[in-house]
Amino acid sequence: MPVLSLENISQEFGGLRALDAVNIDVAELAIFGIIGPNGAGKTTLFNIITGFYVPTEGSLIFQGRNVNGVATHSIARLGIARTFQNIRLFNKLSVLDNVRIGCHGVSKCGFFSSLLGLPAMLREEKQIKEEAVRLLALVGLYEKRQEYAENLAYGEQRKLEIARALALKPSLLLLDEPAAGMNTGEKAELMDLIREIRQDMKITILLVEHDMNLVMNICERIAVLDYGRKIAEGSPFEIKSDERVIQSYLGAGA
Amino acid sequence: MNILDAIISQYIDPYYLRIMILIGINIILALGINLITGVTGQLTMGHAGFMSIGAYTSAILSMQFGFSYVLALLAGAVMAALFGIIIGIPTLRLDGDYLAMVTIGAAEIIRVFFLNFEPGGKAVGLAGIPQHTTFMTVWVVALIVILFNARLLNSRIGRAFYAIRENEIAAAASAIDTTRMKILAFMVGAFLGGLGGGLYAHYMYYINPQDFGFMKSIELLNMVVLGGMGSIPGTILGACILTLAPELLRIVAEYRLLFYGALLVILMIFRPNGLLGDVRIYDLRKRWGKKEVESCQS
Amino acid sequence: MFWEQLLNGLTLGSTYALIALGYTMVYGIVQLINFAHGEIYMFGAFAGLFLVSFCGVNIVLALLGAMAFCMLLGMLIERIAYRPLRGKSSRLSALISAIGVSIFLSTLMVLLAETNTRRYPDVVPNHSFHLGSLDFSLMQIIILLFSAVLMVGLQLMVQKTRIGKAMRACSQDLDAAYLMGINVNRVISFTFAVGSALAAAGGVMVAIYYNAVWPYMGTMAGLKAFSAAVLGGIGSIPGAMIGGLSLGVLEIMGVAYLSSSYKDAIAFGILILVLLIRPQGLLGQKISKKV
Repeated sequence: MPVLSLENISQEFGGLRALDAVNIDVAELAIFGIIGPNGAGKTTLFNIITGFYVPTEGSLIFQGRNVNGVATHSIARLGIARTFQNIRLFNKLSVLDNVRIGCHGVSKCGFFSSLLGLPAMLREEKQIKEEAVRLLALVGLYEKRQEYAENLAYGEQRKLEIARALALKPSLLLLDEPAAGMNTGEKAELMDLIREIRQDMKITILLVEHDMNLVMNICERIAVLDYGRKIAEGSPFEIKSDERVIQSYLGAGA
Repeated sequence: MNILDAIISQYIDPYYLRIMILIGINIILALGINLITGVTGQLTMGHAGFMSIGAYTSAILSMQFGFSYVLALLAGAVMAALFGIIIGIPTLRLDGDYLAMVTIGAAEIIRVFFLNFEPGGKAVGLAGIPQHTTFMTVWVVALIVILFNARLLNSRIGRAFYAIRENEIAAAASAIDTTRMKILAFMVGAFLGGLGGGLYAHYMYYINPQDFGFMKSIELLNMVVLGGMGSIPGTILGACILTLAPELLRIVAEYRLLFYGALLVILMIFRPNGLLGDVRIYDLRKRWGKKEVESCQS
Repeated sequence: MFWEQLLNGLTLGSTYALIALGYTMVYGIVQLINFAHGEIYMFGAFAGLFLVSFCGVNIVLALLGAMAFCMLLGMLIERIAYRPLRGKSSRLSALISAIGVSIFLSTLMVLLAETNTRRYPDVVPNHSFHLGSLDFSLMQIIILLFSAVLMVGLQLMVQKTRIGKAMRACSQDLDAAYLMGINVNRVISFTFAVGSALAAAGGVMVAIYYNAVWPYMGTMAGLKAFSAAVLGGIGSIPGAMIGGLSLGVLEIMGVAYLSSSYKDAIAFGILILVLLIRPQGLLGQKISKKV
């Protein structure tokens, strides 16, 4: 059974059809790539999956459950975490706090126990901190944990977003252009990191990316969007040789 | 506490005692605003409305229904908290300046309500409120409020508040129920407003709707902005400075408010983040050569 | 009765609209609630009074003089209290700075003129007209006509002139306007000047109409006018006009048919209701949240 199924998803913005009857199934523990030219609807798709938009038509099935119209924070709690194309960190908070906030969904201390500092709350705080430190070490930001998030370099900010998303202990992780603005070395590191996340943490990964080298290297399956429609889906090899994909996106040289 | 109060009033000049009591009350009020505006980032410009609800509720309960001081204070604070929830609800749909306008409007409506409220003495106000509030009560309450605030802001809930201020979308994607959290912030902030109002009423002996006008809300908001948004030490400092400022400026008599206005402009030009808004203990320690401190409070 | 109240409401509403325009134009460009705007309105009323009483000029010149004076005042405030903050600090600090200016100006006027209420000498003959059963005064006509002229003039300026085009560009995107070679500071300064002149015109006319000038007259008028701007959809010029007029009419009607003791609450009650139903105001554009 696929972890996530998009069935006939369409999204309209005031008459403009951003997505048109898109069907995608993401298999458990896959690394699934979505590619396509700018404005093809990739980020819109992410926003639908994470509950920021309710699709005009179609349904969204996560782990066998219809999650159409479920609020963003509840979807996150169900186990879908994401990063953002235009980085959205908590800028004026420390790197560590950014990740600790990511733990919100998997911790449960309420208002009064926080206020009173009950033992259960202190215990949970300790766990949260350990988890945050572990994740920061994983993405290589442990040394910077006290910096303000806004003071990190661009590539580091992308890594921090991944750490924050992982703090949610998701079963599905959406990465929106994770390699944008990274240099070759960082991209190689990122690929290792993505594989490691899938392998060690048992997380399915859905990613949007423009860097073809990265996509073709790590994705087992790729869907191609163009003007809101899915024009192809298959293994990297199939996609590379698909006529329509070459025509609309990859270009003749690819 | 009575004994301590007696000792204190023997050694401290009544004028200074009065200022210190007002500082304590203002710290409580300003911490409420800090929670809503400074930490959660929802601009409120009608805190005096919450204050007046607490003041009137507690005063009427203790004058006409014989409630004990503590119970009257709590009832006033709870009543204000209920209004906080009601006013927090528009935050579901509004933000920024629109929300600010709703809070101003709600506070004005509350003020006009009290102007026409028979049990509250209408425009004349309410006189003869028992003077229960003393130096000790104010400062004991203030210290508890500061302690709880510090606890809250360093917890999961407090971090969720900061997250909403920093980036609401990312907060929602991190499983934070932003709606519930914003209403919670309003509720707690209003509770503190009502608590401060009750303390104020039981200190001043006399209250009247004009005590809780728009300028009062602004004066309280200024304490937070001046001290540093989201920072507890900053808010406390801001409350101290702005309670003392009118007293210190007494030398310039009628030019007092003129200086006050100019001071705000100058401060905002030279310290737009407030006095302590961008000071972290961590950075200070780093400068002093120490390490390893953590705090959410920027 | 109804038509008379409607006319009273429109008269009050057109003065709200004049003040609201200043709020909305400034907000449209720099996203700042110019809290000192109510005080500019008050200064306008006093400047007119000063010109009439001490310089003995006629009322038309006094009105124009007050407008010119407030233009300079508005530009001066922008230069001293807002421009140094622009771009490098949060909107909230700019707001606090505006509140500082507001406190400064009202206190300054208390020092200059004391708190008691002053009156304009009889500058407009107290004619009243009858049209069927409808009674109205000359001053009401003047307010309605002159406000209409100012608003049409403003609309023409914004839509047809070069500087109007620059203003519209700045309200779309300040940075882009700057990159296109628009002198952003000049446009902002100009916006403050125009908004302040309109407020001054409102101040002088209201002062004559209600026969009262006092240093704190700007606070409540400013709040109501800002409500009007928000009601109409902040940033929208026609919105401010419609918001002002409807707020004035509803307030007068509320007082006439409900209760006068809740006068000040009516305007805010309406505002809150409208915002809850239509968060962007009557004519404001819906900004969908960008993720």
